[in-house]
Amino acid sequence: MKSEVKLLGAWPSPFVTRVRIALNMKSVEYEFLEERLESKSQLLLQSNPIYQKIPVLIHRDKPLSESLIIVQYVDDVWSSHSPILPSDPYDRAIARFWAAYIDEKWYPTMRSIRGAEGIEEKKRLIEEVKKGLGLLEEVFKNSSKGKGFYGGDQLGMLDIALGGFLGWLRVTEIANGVKLLDQGNTPELVKWAQRFCEHDAVKHVMPDTGKLIEFAKTLKR
Amino acid sequence: MGEVKLIATPASFPCARIEWALRIKGVEYEYLKEDLANKSALLLQSNPVHKKVPVFLHNDEPIAESLVILEYIDETWKENPLLPLDPYQRAQARFWAKFIDEKCVLGIWGATVAQGEEKAKARDGALESLAFLEKEIEGKKYFGGEKIGYLDIVAGWMSHWLSVLEEVGEMELLTAERFPSLHEWSHNFIQTSPVKDCIPPRESVVQYFSFGVNYVRSLAASTKS
Repeated sequence: MKSEVKLLGAWPSPFVTRVRIALNMKSVEYEFLEERLESKSQLLLQSNPIYQKIPVLIHRDKPLSESLIIVQYVDDVWSSHSPILPSDPYDRAIARFWAAYIDEKWYPTMRSIRGAEGIEEKKRLIEEVKKGLGLLEEVFKNSSKGKGFYGGDQLGMLDIALGGFLGWLRVTEIANGVKLLDQGNTPELVKWAQRFCEHDAVKHVMPDTGKLIEFAKTLKR
Repeated sequence: MGEVKLIATPASFPCARIEWALRIKGVEYEYLKEDLANKSALLLQSNPVHKKVPVFLHNDEPIAESLVILEYIDETWKENPLLPLDPYQRAQARFWAKFIDEKCVLGIWGATVAQGEEKAKARDGALESLAFLEKEIEGKKYFGGEKIGYLDIVAGWMSHWLSVLEEVGEMELLTAERFPSLHEWSHNFIQTSPVKDCIPPRESVVQYFSFGVNYVRSLAASTKS
C-alpha cells in the first residue's frame, strides 16, 4: 500500500537520493513528501526531533532517519530480492567500513571545498578528495569481482553510499574546473559512475547537474 | 571458530566495547596491546586508512571501526545476540549508536577541551545530548531491555570514562539529579558481568585523557596568533 511508506525528502539531497534508490531497487511504492528547506514541516519536526533533517522514512507510522540506517532497514524488511548488503559477514563489514569512511571523511572533505578560504586550501582539499576516490577505486576492484557494481551484478551498499553523491561531485568539478573522477586516477569509477546513473533504480531520482548548479547558487556559503 | 585477535589499548573505550562483546559471546581472543606512540607494522597494515585501534582480526582478516566490528561479531557468533532481531528496533539501535558517537562523544570531548566562554556553550550542547539519551533509557534496565545489548556496549563508556572526562574537564554532566535514569543505568552497567571484570584502572584513563586534552589545548593555543 502506497501510504504505508512515506519518505520525507528534497530532490537535491544526496542522502534522500540514496533512500530513493534503495526503495526503487526493492520496488517499494511510497509517497514522497517534498520538504521545503526554508520551512520544515510539522511532520518532519515530529518524526526527527533530534536532527530535524531529511531523509525520514515513515513505515507504518514509525519514523526512521539517517540515510544508510534507512537503507539497511529497507534491505532487512524487503528482503525477498535485490539484496543491498552482501550475505557474508566479512563482506558486510567491509561495505559498512567504507560507507562510514564516505560519510565521515570523504564527503565532509568534498563539501568543505565550497567554503574553503584561499586557493591553496581549495587545492589541498581537492587533492584529498581525489586521494579518497583513489582508495574507493581499489575497493571497487576488490568488491565488484569483475562485475559492474560494488555489489557485483546488482547495486550494493557502497554503490548507493557513493553513487548518491555523484550529482554533487559533478557540481564540485564544474565549480572548480577540476576532474575528481578521471581516467588517470580512477578509470574504473569513471565507467562505474556512468553505469550507475543509467541504472533503472537511479536514473529517475538522480538530480540533474544543471538544476543542482542553479540550486547551489541559492545556498548561503 | 577460527583465530581471533584484537589490536587494542587498555584505556581506549572503543577497544573496551569489543572486549565486552567478545566476552558476552564467549569468544576467546588474543589481546595484542598496541603502543600508540610507536605503532606496530601489524596495525598499520591492518588499518592503513585510519591507523587506529581497535582492529579486529578473524583468521588474519582485519576489520576496523568499533561499530562495524560489533556488527561483525554479532553476525558471526550467534549466541547471546547483541542487536535486536526486529528490523525497526535494530535500525533504532543503530541510530542511537551513531548519535552517541557523533553527538555525545564528540560533544562531551569538546566540552572537556574547551576553555573560557566556549566551555559553557559546549557544555550546554553536551547536556542536551544526554537529555535525549535519558528519555531513551527511561523505564528500562538496559538499553537492550533485560540484558545488555549493542547499545549498552556502545554507551558503556559513560559508565567509567565519562566521569574521568568530567574530572579532567572540570565540569559536571551526568548527575543523578539531572539524569536519574541514565545515572542509574551507568551504575548497573559497570557492575554487570562481563563489564565489571573488564574495565581499565581509572588512573590509566585519567592519564590517557589528560594527555589528549593538554595536547589539543596546546595545538589550539599555538594556532591562535
